[in-house]
Amino acid sequence: MIVAQEKPLDEIRRMMDRYERVLLLGCGTCMTVCGAGGEREVSYLHEALRVAQARGGNGTHTFSEYTVKRQCDPEFVELLVDRVGDVDAVLSLGCGIGVQAIAERFPDIPVLPGVNTSFMGMSKEQGVWDERCAACGDCRLEQTAGICPITRCTKGILNGPCAGTKNGKCEANKDMDCAWVLIYQRLERQGQLEKMRRYYPPRNFRTIARPKRIVSKANIDAGGDDA
Amino acid sequence: MPNSLFEEKLCSDKFLVTTEIGPPKGADTSEMVHHIDLLKDVVDAINVTDNQSSVMRYPSLGGCLFIKERGGEPIFQMTCRDRNRLALEADLLLAHSRGIANVLCLTGDCVDVGDHKEAKPVFDLDSIQLLEMIKTLESGIDMGGNDLKGAPKFCMGASVHPEADFIEPQLIKFDKKVTAGAQFFQTQGIFDLGSLKRFMQYASQFNVKILAGIIVMASAGMARYMNNNVPGIIVPQAIMDELATAEKGKGLLKGVEIAARFIKTIKEENLCHGVHIMAVGNEGVVPDILEAADMVGVST
Repeated sequence: MIVAQEKPLDEIRRMMDRYERVLLLGCGTCMTVCGAGGEREVSYLHEALRVAQARGGNGTHTFSEYTVKRQCDPEFVELLVDRVGDVDAVLSLGCGIGVQAIAERFPDIPVLPGVNTSFMGMSKEQGVWDERCAACGDCRLEQTAGICPITRCTKGILNGPCAGTKNGKCEANKDMDCAWVLIYQRLERQGQLEKMRRYYPPRNFRTIARPKRIVSKANIDAGGDDA
Repeated sequence: MPNSLFEEKLCSDKFLVTTEIGPPKGADTSEMVHHIDLLKDVVDAINVTDNQSSVMRYPSLGGCLFIKERGGEPIFQMTCRDRNRLALEADLLLAHSRGIANVLCLTGDCVDVGDHKEAKPVFDLDSIQLLEMIKTLESGIDMGGNDLKGAPKFCMGASVHPEADFIEPQLIKFDKKVTAGAQFFQTQGIFDLGSLKRFMQYASQFNVKILAGIIVMASAGMARYMNNNVPGIIVPQAIMDELATAEKGKGLLKGVEIAARFIKTIKEENLCHGVHIMAVGNEGVVPDILEAADMVGVST
């Protein structure tokens, strides 16, 4: 899932300074699960903005709040037409994709980002998220025992550990495991160290050129991505 | 035919001595040039570091040009941290065209340890892919598959870390570097000759030259700092204790003494094929170390 962090309140207030009526728009999928921009966070933010406004400062605003099932999905974005029609700006607590999906649907309405989209990851424990995938478009987890060196090695190198690893940790961060130590240990346990002895050539950054687009096979068969 | 004077020496039985110069933080190259003049005739080759420890400095290639101009033998240290494959290839063409024929291929430290922590880390290639890329250039084509008008030739080196606390994956990487064409290795700092011996038992099966890295310590404080801040370095307590016995202000002298002792032992016991002295900001003491190790005039 996509993991994000709420932006600081001061930054949010500066962004919305010039807009009177602002819709605080949460997202019911990833942002709800990672606790950065679901219904609960929209409600907290609404309250925090009201309190900050009451204490004086930059302008007066009228806030409304709503949380849509998925901001990245046109089917759900369409349901926002009436709400967005009544405001001067939308503060989206969706990920960067959500912000842009709303912006693309409503060309005349400024859409402001309320969170910093951070990575694709998994929950390690309550409130702790770890990055696991860099969406490189060329998955090599079979070669690396299910541990991604592109994501988990700070240099994203493909042919084994650098010399900076110490106590099994990364030179960039003493609390972070060295991905290549983990890969070695897991390949060894599975009797597959020959995979690490192989040479892996440089990455092909054109695997899917940026910005990436995937057209599902069903759509191609039906005659194009508009089908 | 060898591509460089250094490669010619690699093919001989000579005990090799290389050292390194850290270029200046700034455009004033006078001290670097002074060090080049001091060292060029007492060692077999001089490395120039490439934004070492991710600290921005005068470039390695620029330092190598100075060495070449002044009649020395440069080893161009090239890391993959700051340049993508186009820039690496272009710099190699420049190096070759100016007679810089020895390249030490390194992945490079992460930007987090340096002085530009907000920079974008590149790492388009890693050290092994860099070695392979050089072979591609030597074959007359670039990484895009295009023909080159004039192919460069190099003598390729790489690094290895015999004192890594988890050695097995490092040895796999060493094997891959040998396969990729590295002809010589300059090791990370050696502080325990036992680990060098163990490594050489393994490495001697390959037809490559191993130069043991000797870091010259200036004080016990520097050793502690390196343990905490320099990737991969583990200075043992015994060395720190020995450095601590130095009188105030005499730490570097003690460091010179320790370095000379290591070099002398390595040479006398024939532990590996040479040494690579890293004086880390104290390049001026390298001749003193060689004198103390009874190795004056090694490059002649």
